[in-house]
Amino acid sequence: MANWGLYMRMIIIYDSPILTQSRIKAKEIMLLAYHKQNVLALCIGLCLSAVAFAEGAPVITIHNAQFEPRELVIAPGVRTPIVIRNQDAIPAEFESYDLSREVVVPAHGEVSVFVGPVEAGRYEFFNDFNHDMKGAIVVKPATGGH
Amino acid sequence: MLATAIILFREVLEAALIIAIVLGASRGIAHRGRWVSGGVGIGLLGAAGVAYLASTASSLLSGDGQALLNAGILLTAVGMLTWHNVWMATHARELRAELNAVGAEVESGSKPLTALLLVTAMAVMREGSEAVLFLWAIAAGGAESSGMGMGALVGIAAGVLAGVLLYRGLLRIPVRHFFSVTSWLILFLAAGLSAQAAGFLNQAGWLPALGHGIWNTNHLLDQNSLSGQLLHVLVGYTARPSGIQIVFYLATLLVILALMYRPRRRSM
Repeated sequence: MANWGLYMRMIIIYDSPILTQSRIKAKEIMLLAYHKQNVLALCIGLCLSAVAFAEGAPVITIHNAQFEPRELVIAPGVRTPIVIRNQDAIPAEFESYDLSREVVVPAHGEVSVFVGPVEAGRYEFFNDFNHDMKGAIVVKPATGGH
Repeated sequence: MLATAIILFREVLEAALIIAIVLGASRGIAHRGRWVSGGVGIGLLGAAGVAYLASTASSLLSGDGQALLNAGILLTAVGMLTWHNVWMATHARELRAELNAVGAEVESGSKPLTALLLVTAMAVMREGSEAVLFLWAIAAGGAESSGMGMGALVGIAAGVLAGVLLYRGLLRIPVRHFFSVTSWLILFLAAGLSAQAAGFLNQAGWLPALGHGIWNTNHLLDQNSLSGQLLHVLVGYTARPSGIQIVFYLATLLVILALMYRPRRRSM
């Protein structure tokens, strides 16, 4: 209760014409700083996610008519981009009945296909141009943490 | 050689079965042969184009573009099959009457013929583009390619033969039941193609999956087996369907049935 007087005085000082200029200045500086921080954060975020995509997106390589790795482990409940890279001279068709995925991978080319979000389990894929080439995407929580 | 034959057989089989059903269903309509051949021709040209684009890295048809194109092709086919069945529902009686009169063919206007052409073109384009890609790879292979070339021919011939057998089989059905059988075949064919399209739309990120592998019937019938493949083409059998595929399958069935059996006057 006793503080009402103090509050009133503060408001009056705050709103007084003498202080208005400097208050606007301060606001501008603060906004600018805030904005810069955001831009910086955005930059860092974007750079990090770009790196994460390039380095973190799992790659399945087709080499000598084999999928490598044969089993790719990904986390459940997440939309995961997977890069399929064909190093052979023959086009391949990455296909999975279990995940309803079907995409032609050009010879010496690569495509990105996303998988999930999907529950834990084993989802098989194969090369529709060569049914001897098989593999599976194993969806399970990362080991170590729960 | 055998591996090559099997791969091409699979690719050709799907298109051949679809064409056989569509040819059967349009029995008695004048000039249908010309339209179906036209559809095959257009489909082959389209297949070569799609194969070229899909084999070029970083083109529109790498990745999601491919999935969207496939979805578009499949949904066009579904639309045309629906149109055909709805048209059939009003014209089956006269076709049946004409078929009973010896060798007569009905001049039924061009409507179902356009549908016929497009379904054929779409089926050939979709399966053909994969076959073309594969054949190009073989042709580029060099030394061992002659045996594979033979295999390719055997595979294509076997696929076409399966289509011819289905068509011949259909023709043995008594005229009385013929068009109801073909209508039901087309109904399930369309539902299956629609479910495939849903898979592609999900792959491109346009639709949620609503869960992958809602059930798993691989232990009952392996989708990769010959009968699994046949049923996949004919009725859209999918051992581990996603939620959105089931939704599309059922919705297509219901919509076509509703259109076929809607109360109507005899017009058109």
